[in-house]
Amino acid sequence: MATPEHHSYDVIIIGAGGAGLRAAIEAKERGLKVALVCKSLLGKAHTVMAEGGVAAAMGNVYEEDNWKVHFRDTMRGGKMLNNWRMAQLHAQESPDRVLELEAWGALFDRTKDGKILQRDFGGHRYARLAHVGDRTGLELIRTLQQKAVSMDIDVFMECKILRLLRDDNGRIAGAVGYWRPTGEFITFAAKAVILASGGVGKSWKYTSNSWEGTGDGHAMALWAGAELIDMECIQFHPTGMVWPLSVRGILVTEGVRGDGGVLRNSEGKRFMFDYVADMFRAETAESEEEADKWYDDHTAGRRPPELLPRDEVARSINSEVKAGRGSPHGGVFLDIATRRSAEFIRRRLPSMYHQFMELAGVDITTTPMEVGPTCHYIMGGVRVDADTAATGIPGLFAAGEVAGGMHGSNRLGGNSLSDLIVFGRRAGMGAADFIEGASGEPTFSQAEVDAVIAEALEPFSRESGENPYDIQHDLQEMMQANVGIIRTGSELDEALEQLEVLKERAGRVAVKGGRVYNPAWNLSTDLPAMLTVSTCVALGATSRKESRGGHTRDDFPKADPEFGKVNMVLSQPGATGVLGPVKVDPQPIPVMPDELKALFEEAK
Amino acid sequence: MADVTMRLWRGDQDGGELVDYTIEAQEGEVVLDVIHRLQATQIPDLACRWNCKAGKCGSCSAEINGMPRLMCMTRMDQLPEGPITVTPMRTFPIIRDLVTDVSFNFEQAKRVPAFNPGTVPADGFRMQQADVERGQEFRKCIECFMCQNVCHVIRDHEENKPKYAGPRFFIRYAELEMHPMDTNDRRELVREKMGLGLCNITKCCTEVCPEHIKITDNAIIPLKERVVDAHYDPVAWLGRKISGRKKRTADEAAAHRP
Repeated sequence: MATPEHHSYDVIIIGAGGAGLRAAIEAKERGLKVALVCKSLLGKAHTVMAEGGVAAAMGNVYEEDNWKVHFRDTMRGGKMLNNWRMAQLHAQESPDRVLELEAWGALFDRTKDGKILQRDFGGHRYARLAHVGDRTGLELIRTLQQKAVSMDIDVFMECKILRLLRDDNGRIAGAVGYWRPTGEFITFAAKAVILASGGVGKSWKYTSNSWEGTGDGHAMALWAGAELIDMECIQFHPTGMVWPLSVRGILVTEGVRGDGGVLRNSEGKRFMFDYVADMFRAETAESEEEADKWYDDHTAGRRPPELLPRDEVARSINSEVKAGRGSPHGGVFLDIATRRSAEFIRRRLPSMYHQFMELAGVDITTTPMEVGPTCHYIMGGVRVDADTAATGIPGLFAAGEVAGGMHGSNRLGGNSLSDLIVFGRRAGMGAADFIEGASGEPTFSQAEVDAVIAEALEPFSRESGENPYDIQHDLQEMMQANVGIIRTGSELDEALEQLEVLKERAGRVAVKGGRVYNPAWNLSTDLPAMLTVSTCVALGATSRKESRGGHTRDDFPKADPEFGKVNMVLSQPGATGVLGPVKVDPQPIPVMPDELKALFEEAK
Repeated sequence: MADVTMRLWRGDQDGGELVDYTIEAQEGEVVLDVIHRLQATQIPDLACRWNCKAGKCGSCSAEINGMPRLMCMTRMDQLPEGPITVTPMRTFPIIRDLVTDVSFNFEQAKRVPAFNPGTVPADGFRMQQADVERGQEFRKCIECFMCQNVCHVIRDHEENKPKYAGPRFFIRYAELEMHPMDTNDRRELVREKMGLGLCNITKCCTEVCPEHIKITDNAIIPLKERVVDAHYDPVAWLGRKISGRKKRTADEAAAHRP
């Protein structure tokens, strides 16, 4: 086999969304030779889809806000399963990270006195989301992209990484992948690798995720011997489009509700008042009248129930539809038309106006939207050290959606963009510190590279076999049906059985044509990660016999305090490779220090 | 529902042809949905670029019945009866099928002298909404590169590419020029090296912009006026001298690439 194109870097970063870009900037500022590798063109990563804003307790709108309140909101939103230290760092550092974006050229919306404007979102006590209309993710990625380009960071676009490589001592040594435009293979030698590869949503039928969300980073970390935690905790965003069918799952920003939109059932009732959990009762309005006062003045009334955390709202919508009070296409109605002026809606929510007008032929200034839950985000992910983003593998770091712990069992809206910039930076610092403290150049085995390449090329060698699109389709149907928003033991068992069948089929994939930009082949190389990650989700879900945040069990409908004390830790003993068995092991979550515990006592 | 015929360009750098594919139509679909169904059922190796499928990432640009459009935002039921022709963007080299090599744009991006605010206050800038809105219009750009594709200066004139940044980057230069806190002066650079003068404001770029950015009226024309002022107007030059406005020169700005 010919030796593929080879590059040598201090650090390679896999994924060029918010976390990857921020990590690259940090590592470059530390004087390292940095490569940023991404599956798509630069600037197209899923970060671009984030709409509502970036959460940071800057106190520009409500002076009372501070990191402690943000920390508390985040932990409560995550049903206390969060890694407390990550939540603390996140709350403390996000205001500086937002200001830094502004210093790099981001243009956020302004308050009357010229500061960054902040908007209300679910689960946040105060208006806290710095934003640009409803296209904040685009602003964030473009700002970081332009900064990275101005620093001459090397970017490998449309380059898919297949596997991480380690040296004989288990230290990270590089990675192997291929260029999508040519199909040629490429290897990287690196002293450190940062995973910033995003999420896993593409394994579900209805998802807000793009084709890239195949869990590559989660799977590659596991295969290399790292641990994943709480993979069962998946966020189904309450408001995805439901009609037309072809756009089902596309996101409708929570900003619609933050700006006054309400959820109604087929009887026109604001049903969220019927679904306020005890944990949130004290701070949630009891009547429409009280709720409506809150939008203009947060001291005049308590929060509307439409702005409960996302897991609560998604489950409530699911219940209404099940009870037969849904909209014609199986969702509920999201109404802002009767509550705000057309001019206000077009100014505050331009992308939503545009999206519904062009894709559904619906004018949201006059007509309610039909919405329902869509697979949006994974809270679980690679187990990392909070301060350094280091995984258990020397030299391997993870930040952003691929990392677990920060959001516990449910993420608050707006906490994702802030997560990216806080922990992207920390991963860059962590990698730089690691490299400074390490000696020698790790080397990987060419035989391992050859084996990965041979495996990737197998689909071309089969005259006939499975169509990769069929396997993807069947996986999505199966995960939607058995590992969806509401789960039960028997269905999860079914899922684990079906996954074994799908893995066996994935071993028989056949692909025709050449290697140049061949999407069927590209998909066949994504399938191993999708199947591995789906297995981890199903295993975690089987093991967590309770309902908590984004993980709801019909057969265990209540949160169980004992399960609230553990992470579901997934690992692959012996790192047996792509389709090897995965083991699950509950381990205690890090214990919060007393001074932070006191924040929750005070609030009671 | 009835069948629909998709007439797709298939080929690579060495040439290609339009090929007809027939598939059952489905309610509410956009062009990209049909492309995806064709990939899954008939043409597994059909190359096409896409990501968000919601008009936010600008990946799936193509020419649909001859018009540059995002495939994800073009509804099938709004296209005229008969075969639907989908071809790759013409201004960029072909990689395969509907995918083109858009690296020209990423090279142009590298030539833009970065935002430089000088000293930044610890608690952030004070800027009025009205002042940031001018730049915000241009920052809506999703980099679909359809304005670049349709711009006649480079669409059929490969020789102009090295000396022409194109509409996407003119709005970027305009955005930086209009940023209340920026201290770089890129006007000479835009005139001398980015080919602003080659644009003769036919507004093709504005017409195809999926974000409805008024590229010509709000970016290119004001930029042309500023460039002309800087270059030819001795009064403006003297004014700047007296007011002591610290905009850096084109060469200084161009050199400001860390």
